[in-house]
Amino acid sequence: MSIIIHKNTKILVQGFTGKIGSFHAEEMIKYGSNVVGGVTPGKGGMTHLNLPVFNTVKEAVDQTGASTSILFVPPAFAADSAMEAADAGIKTCVAITDGIPSHDMVKIKRYMRRYPKEKKMGLVGPNCAGIISPGKSMLGIMPGHIYKEGKIGIVSRSGTLGYEAAQQFKDLEIGVSTSVGIGGDPINGSSFRDIIEKFENDDETIAVLMIGEIGGPQEVEAGQFAKENMSKPVIAYIAGLTAPKGRVMGHAGAIVSAYGESAIEKVELLKECGVTISKNPSVMGETVKKVLVENNLN
Amino acid sequence: MDIHEYQAKKILSDFGVKIPTGGIVYSPENAENKAREIGGSKWVVKAQVHSGARGKAGGIIICNSPLEVADATDKLLGKKLITNQTGPDGKIINRIYIEEATDIKHELYLGLVFDRSSESIMVVASTEGGMSVEEISKEKPETIIRSKIEVAVGIQQFQAREIAFGLGIESKLISRAANTIIGCYKAFSELDATMVEVNPLVVSYQDEILALDCKMSFDNNAMFRRDEIAELRDKTQENSNEVYASDRGMNYVSLDGNIGNIINGAGLAMASMDMIKLAGGEPANFLDVGGGATPEKIVKAFKLISMDTKVKVILVNIFAGINRCDWVAEGIVQALSKIEIKHPLVIRLAGTNVEKGNEILKKSNINYIEASTLEDAANKAVKALG
Repeated sequence: MSIIIHKNTKILVQGFTGKIGSFHAEEMIKYGSNVVGGVTPGKGGMTHLNLPVFNTVKEAVDQTGASTSILFVPPAFAADSAMEAADAGIKTCVAITDGIPSHDMVKIKRYMRRYPKEKKMGLVGPNCAGIISPGKSMLGIMPGHIYKEGKIGIVSRSGTLGYEAAQQFKDLEIGVSTSVGIGGDPINGSSFRDIIEKFENDDETIAVLMIGEIGGPQEVEAGQFAKENMSKPVIAYIAGLTAPKGRVMGHAGAIVSAYGESAIEKVELLKECGVTISKNPSVMGETVKKVLVENNLN
Repeated sequence: MDIHEYQAKKILSDFGVKIPTGGIVYSPENAENKAREIGGSKWVVKAQVHSGARGKAGGIIICNSPLEVADATDKLLGKKLITNQTGPDGKIINRIYIEEATDIKHELYLGLVFDRSSESIMVVASTEGGMSVEEISKEKPETIIRSKIEVAVGIQQFQAREIAFGLGIESKLISRAANTIIGCYKAFSELDATMVEVNPLVVSYQDEILALDCKMSFDNNAMFRRDEIAELRDKTQENSNEVYASDRGMNYVSLDGNIGNIINGAGLAMASMDMIKLAGGEPANFLDVGGGATPEKIVKAFKLISMDTKVKVILVNIFAGINRCDWVAEGIVQALSKIEIKHPLVIRLAGTNVEKGNEILKKSNINYIEASTLEDAANKAVKALG
């Protein structure tokens, strides 16, 4: 198995008929993802990329049985679309949109608390690369061909740094069970902890690479979870060793504002949790390989 | 986005928070008149720059006559104020805020931020006003009161009262203090703020609760719906290269080193900076040209880096995904036909069609050093410094 998305996962594209939505929907279809239709309010009844377009997510779910959606809606309307997906019974929504206001993210998270656990949507992102289970399905904007099928889980804030890891893996013939981009915003749908817990419970995944960065408490919270609850090895790289305090480094969430949020402090705290640190971004693949050999997981 | 103290106080006052009487001036003459208009016998002349710790840096002057106010204004206007937060270059003083002096009985701290763990709005308060929140948490952590606010219903009277009692405010002033806290919360939640800090919040001998200084930051991502905040931006308070970049959709932060960077993706950019440091160099900047890395973006990025006089070597590191390396290479060749680069140039391409991309670069007549991995690129950039 992989986590979150599998071979037959039925996918809806929110913001389907727009330029960006169309481009990436086509890429996903080419990869083999089971895209069953899309939603663009006001364009219901149309056909786009040979697939049906719906006015509402509810209608789309009723008629296609979709369980998953990917969101390319512009920032001003993205929060509304995510809440619509949650209400229509979508199980996982990946928000690619970059630039959603933090106050809107807090509102979405608060809104989703109304659903009982078994009916609650998992939101991934925003401002992320999405999810890929290599050889099975792609729900994102990554270059699918750099991911080799295999047994290592990847979870990363950054898109391109996640690609860098996948490329290093491929060069060392390491495969990936699922790779999840959780995005660079300060308030996001799924945390590192949420994702590594899924990897722990996945039969196929044997180890996890976590690619974090400066800012926020999530990497350390995941480390503590790993220490207390995980049997599988966790390897981490934290970007931003040279980032100055108090400055936003591209990602809205990449800012050091409290103790434990700088790269050096995160590395120290993660080491205390038993997480193996990749000492620089050039050796993420090698470090994973070494851990696999040490644990006889090769 | 940050705003000036006087702008933040005006906002607070619109939300019912009491502030000392004051006004903004742009000349010493103006200042003297403003002091007479405010009245009283004691005034505070405050340099308006985007930084805290202005008092220690000499940016806040107490005056006993309108003439002194004019002199103090004359002394500050047009100068650069260097605080422990501005960096060695300091920030230019173009505006002066004149305020009536307050008879301070107690100085308190009040701040509002997003709490990333609980994903709610957090009110932080302390009896130790005037110190920075970092100093308070280090030296007097027991004085800190934290209150998480449920965003769906907003702050409640009882929560504001609890904070006010926690600050040791006298009973007869509790509702005044609670309304001040509620006003700050409303400003935070209704205007897409990411930080509101009133430091100090004071209790005066006249039994008033006043915001004596205030800092506010706003969510850049929300500016599309906050015209009234967006127009408060003062570009003279920002690094000019950073303004150039942000106006063109690039994420750029100026740093102290001499290796200029052009990278796609924030995470990869931070990682490349780390590699430069490990290789023994210092990055001159953080620059994320975005996932797309189109030829137009590459041209703008080269322009930006060539404006930075610190730069001695340029490192380009692009991981091409959907946009293939051959397109990126063509963009680089195109950019370098328009801009003359005098410094050594190290280029590392990775991802889709990397061989084709490197071939295009080799066949062109651009003078560059090819690198294969992140580590290789950083080592070659440091070596090129000579």
